[in-house]
Amino acid sequence: MTSAKRFSWIWVFAIGLFSAAGAGAEPLRIAVAANFTAAMQVLGERFEQLSGQPLSVSYGSTGKLYAQILQGAPFDVFLAADQQRPRLLYQRGLAGQPFTYATGRLVLWSAKRGEALGAQTLKVGGFHKLAVANPKTAPYGAAALSVMRALGVAERLRRRLVTGESIAQAYQFVASGNAELGFVALAQVVLTDAGHYWLIPQDLYPPIHQDAVALARGGDKPAAAEFLAYLRTRAARAVIERYGYATD
Amino acid sequence: MEPYWEPVWLTLKLATVTTVILLLAGTPLAWWLAKTRSWGRDLVGSLVALPLVLPPTVLGFYLLLLLGPDGPLGRLTQGLGLGTLAFTFPGLVVGSVLYSLPFVVQPIRNAFEALGERPLEVAATLRASPLARFFDVAVPLARTGFLTGAVLGFAHTVGEFGVVLMIGGNIPGETKVLSVAIYDHVEALEWAQAHWLAAGMLVFSFAVIFTMYRVEKRWR
Repeated sequence: MTSAKRFSWIWVFAIGLFSAAGAGAEPLRIAVAANFTAAMQVLGERFEQLSGQPLSVSYGSTGKLYAQILQGAPFDVFLAADQQRPRLLYQRGLAGQPFTYATGRLVLWSAKRGEALGAQTLKVGGFHKLAVANPKTAPYGAAALSVMRALGVAERLRRRLVTGESIAQAYQFVASGNAELGFVALAQVVLTDAGHYWLIPQDLYPPIHQDAVALARGGDKPAAAEFLAYLRTRAARAVIERYGYATD
Repeated sequence: MEPYWEPVWLTLKLATVTTVILLLAGTPLAWWLAKTRSWGRDLVGSLVALPLVLPPTVLGFYLLLLLGPDGPLGRLTQGLGLGTLAFTFPGLVVGSVLYSLPFVVQPIRNAFEALGERPLEVAATLRASPLARFFDVAVPLARTGFLTGAVLGFAHTVGEFGVVLMIGGNIPGETKVLSVAIYDHVEALEWAQAHWLAAGMLVFSFAVIFTMYRVEKRWR
């Protein structure tokens, strides 16, 4: 075989490969608040199996994703970690009617085994670094701030706070051992054996209702409505509850 | 709310400390790289150049592990009673020194190599000691290399973002440098503040590079 011929075979192969990968339906693009990552991975896989509709999922802090959506990011569905931002999108005509797909809980988490954690842990302050998510962009970070204010330790702990850009980075700071403690989502730690946590009483911070919306940019993609409907099925809710969220 | 100048001041401090350390440590390194004929030259040269190619996330990831309580550097600093360095200003200095290393070493090395052997040999025949040959002949002749290295090292540290985002923890006055402050403002949709800092950076960076070109021309 001449080299020119061999070369053309490579092209045929490459074109075949790429067109095979590009075949099939266009993926549904979903922007998901970082705290919901683990649950979304399970839900996404099941939804893809059920519907045959491929998903493309991006994770980040609610505030960051919101800013991106305002700037025309090509997402079809937004699963936020608060109610405020989906509502703002709805009011601006950028999204459909929001609904609450999960209500999250905040925990104080240590990656190591040790003494039981509690309000006393924060008041005594026998630690160097306490990880939180950026309160400006991450609702779980804002909730952590409420807890520290309610316990009267916000001012005292201010200099020990290390701020992750999302709750995923706050979790990572603790998991890597660089911070001893962190405020993270119950969903991030409920199914792991790593360390231990204190489930923070609900009266110390406003409930974290998490809303989902179909985004106007997705047009009236039936797949978007289909995915949101799937989130409300009993099967999906069972998954969501397994990760420590309340539904309804 | 921290004052707006705090990230500016912190960034200038970080860049200054990093540049000074790099000039002190990078000069002998550059000299060795320029003069040695040992087989280790290409090995060390490649290691020095690595940060040019690596994504900042690679540096950030390994620094987190190295500096953490179970990492070798973390154990060392804890043993010295310094605690762990992640989320501290000294931690950022460690990251910045690695990150900006090639930007300082490379221009100085190039300048030393461009000298050739001749000026040093002439100085030797005039009975200049090795130290005098280095400080009175090589360094003055390589001054544009030092200037370029210092300016690039400083500017590159000012422009650092990914490494700081990963090992900084965004602490006002300690690790919240300009680039991270801008990112923060943009994410929180505080665009007026983002504009002030970003436009300031733009003007500053241009001024630095422009001045460097002018001075370099005059020094030649």
